[in-house]
Amino acid sequence: MTPRIPDDLLTQCMHCGLCLPVCPTYALTGMEKSSPRGRIRLMKSVMEGALPVSHEFAEEMNFCLDCQACETACPAGVKYGELVESARVLVDENRPLTLKKFILRYIVSKRPVLKFVAGLLRVYQISGIEKGVLVLLRKLSSNLYARALLMPRISRRSARATLPETIESQGNSRGTVAVLTGCVMDVFYSDINVDTVEVLVRNNWKVVIPRKQVCCGSLSGHYGDSELPKRLARENIKVFEETGALYYVINSAGCGAFMKGYASLLSDDPEFSQKAARFSSKVLDFSEFLFKTGYEIPQRAIGKKTVYHEACHLVHSQKVSKEPNAIVSQLAGTNICELNESTWCCGSAGIYNIVRYEDAAKLLERKMENIIASGAEIVITGNPGCLAQIDAGIKQRGLPLKVVHPATVLNRLYKSEEI
Amino acid sequence: MITEALKKKLKEIFGESNFLDSPEHRIAYSYDGTALLGALPDAILIPTNVEQLSRLMKLANEERFAVIPRGSGTGLSGGSIPSENSVIILMNKWDKIIQIDPDNLTAWVEPGVITGRFQSQVESMKFFYPPDPGSSQICTIGGNVAENAGGLRGLKYGVTKNYVLGFEAVMPNGDVMHIGGKNTKDVAGYNLKDVLVGSEGTLCVFTKILLKLIPIPSASKTFLAFYDSIGRAAETVSAIISARIMPAMLEFLDNPTIRAVEDFSHLGMDKNSGAVLLIEVDGPRAVVDEDASAIAQICKSAGAVTVRAATDNAEAARLKAARKSAFAALARIRPTTILEDVTVPRSEVPVMVDFINETAKKHAVQIGTFGHAGDGNLHPTGLTDERDKKEIEKVKEVFRKLFAKAVELGGTITGEHGVGLAKKAFLEELYDSPYIELLKTTKRMLDPNLILNPGKIISVEPRCEGALPRSREQIEKATRNMDNPSEAYF
Repeated sequence: MTPRIPDDLLTQCMHCGLCLPVCPTYALTGMEKSSPRGRIRLMKSVMEGALPVSHEFAEEMNFCLDCQACETACPAGVKYGELVESARVLVDENRPLTLKKFILRYIVSKRPVLKFVAGLLRVYQISGIEKGVLVLLRKLSSNLYARALLMPRISRRSARATLPETIESQGNSRGTVAVLTGCVMDVFYSDINVDTVEVLVRNNWKVVIPRKQVCCGSLSGHYGDSELPKRLARENIKVFEETGALYYVINSAGCGAFMKGYASLLSDDPEFSQKAARFSSKVLDFSEFLFKTGYEIPQRAIGKKTVYHEACHLVHSQKVSKEPNAIVSQLAGTNICELNESTWCCGSAGIYNIVRYEDAAKLLERKMENIIASGAEIVITGNPGCLAQIDAGIKQRGLPLKVVHPATVLNRLYKSEEI
Repeated sequence: MITEALKKKLKEIFGESNFLDSPEHRIAYSYDGTALLGALPDAILIPTNVEQLSRLMKLANEERFAVIPRGSGTGLSGGSIPSENSVIILMNKWDKIIQIDPDNLTAWVEPGVITGRFQSQVESMKFFYPPDPGSSQICTIGGNVAENAGGLRGLKYGVTKNYVLGFEAVMPNGDVMHIGGKNTKDVAGYNLKDVLVGSEGTLCVFTKILLKLIPIPSASKTFLAFYDSIGRAAETVSAIISARIMPAMLEFLDNPTIRAVEDFSHLGMDKNSGAVLLIEVDGPRAVVDEDASAIAQICKSAGAVTVRAATDNAEAARLKAARKSAFAALARIRPTTILEDVTVPRSEVPVMVDFINETAKKHAVQIGTFGHAGDGNLHPTGLTDERDKKEIEKVKEVFRKLFAKAVELGGTITGEHGVGLAKKAFLEELYDSPYIELLKTTKRMLDPNLILNPGKIISVEPRCEGALPRSREQIEKATRNMDNPSEAYF
């Protein structure tokens, strides 16, 4: 068997245990095999042929949220994200089609199908059927009711359908930037895409939203699909390159992390390796972009107690923390509050909160307790998964709280609208 | 092997769900923080009360299997590596702080309490628990007591044993024993407490621990002093001690360690520095200010290139956290870091540091050194790749020389990590036989059937533990194939 989990990466782990205290799944079980160090040891055993790709091994690889908090904590520089993702490829090859695989492979990464499903869901939501279902579920099962709350509102129209492909800057153009509208973002949160574009235009950027852009590939990549993400990456590289943009601005932490990783994803591809490296170097998170290039400070600050929840794929994968924190602090002024464990995963983790609802719910509980303790009225976070998860937490508890994306906050402050 | 009948008995004691023996669980408990060591346990047990542990010990004596206690598995001498025919008992879920007693300055804790969590808890009440191992964020108090862990504040405040007032422990015969209490003075009987603290899980399992607290120092100040050469840093250490100043922390990192730590923690340390000292003084504000300016002066006179004070507590905390990452950060240079723990009398630190560097150079191996310069406890760390067997052999040879030199200088082969499996051979080689015999007699007396963490510290009888082979047949087979079979040190 050719080793598919690179031995060099596995050997890098010297099992010191410093990853244990930051690992959400280890915190849930207290069991070594649910820790990064334990999982790496299991992977090593599989690669050495001492352990088959067993059901328990597969469970453990999928129990991991891939939040990569362990990477931030690891002094030895172990690339755990790469390890667990390659382990999932191994698992994927050894397992039949699962619900997760089906959702990722046949719905999320195929735009027409995604659009169709989103259409059905929207009918379900606005026709009143959902309301009825929720009333019923509330009576029947609090568990199912809580799960149903995870579904955010489907946006009326996707930003890609409403916005033109090219939008001129408001004043003298500082250059062209391209924007990824994303799959989940555009289905559930197309307003955030509109806000992103409006903020960029207001800061004198010409914006291109490439029509032919495809899913970034992150969801399927994180869940062990080996080929699909590469295909999607090559497609996006071509499409974005054609725009001639200076930067590619990404407002989903998960997408940004994955697109920054196109360089290593395609490093073995003779035709694309260089292009991918160039592409990845142009990818910036929305907050990173604003911090780097400067932005107009709104006249008024956020008028409510505000906290910033650090999305795993921003803080741990992309190591982008200083920038959004600085921006949020600036926007909130004296209303900024400290969020305990702000870098601890909320449990969203792609579709983890759907496929592993119970575990995700426990993490959400911990996150909500911290948010409540902070006294916040506004939670700001830069990832659609976190937005949906924390929003569900707010709804379940009936809290007078809002969770919003930084682009929305900034745009509303510019327009002096209510947040 | 744990037979089916025995499994049934264990499940009866612990309950079906607290008996684990899947290959995945066994693999996950086959190692600890020590490089190159590992062995599979036959099963993992999660005890929920003392009675279960007591019954387990009795069963182990009847059926003759080994019991290996384990906390977070951060040990660095192989103390919680399973041996042949063994079960692991997981103590990390016993994590309650039972009582903090402000009137007597004591705290009762369960052994699985994380040291760092306990420290923050007592500090929020203006108390202080000084023992501060590098792994404080994840290691357990039980493990600290079992290993008599040291850490960054050993110089001024001593080590774990100085803070253990008493405990409840399950003995190898299944008896539950209580020792010590809240009394500051207590001379009733032999001082067996100090025999059991640091017994590395070979003489008892701690189930409840009584710790001493002290009032928290009202002020502190933390510095970094950078040097061109290790020599000047070592001179500074001697000069500080000679000036009758007792810092709470006096740590040093050499150049390879500075580079690795800076790559991880981005503190803005000059990566070309030959050495850095991390110094903390604490106490009443006036004393801290006086000591701090004296130390800054000493650093400069001894040739420090720059001396930088932490601007606030947050920065001081970052500096200390970075120092604690040194061991793991060195794995950025080479993946397998064999961390050692030689200790010499303070005055011999410069001699030892020179010897480490010369020996490494002579044998062409890479060694990064850091440690507690103030208390003479050094961590020369072999930077290797476990897949390169020849290199590993060379590093072992270098360490053999380092241990011998340390003992020659009046030092010891382990200052704080314990002997475990990793140092066993050296203990028996370098110390006098009456001492070794007394260790063996003590073990035989308390644990005649050798069921509790057998084969650690000393070999009472030949057993099959240590490097990977885990059955007698495997060892015999390996012995036939090996030129030098006795080398299961690492």
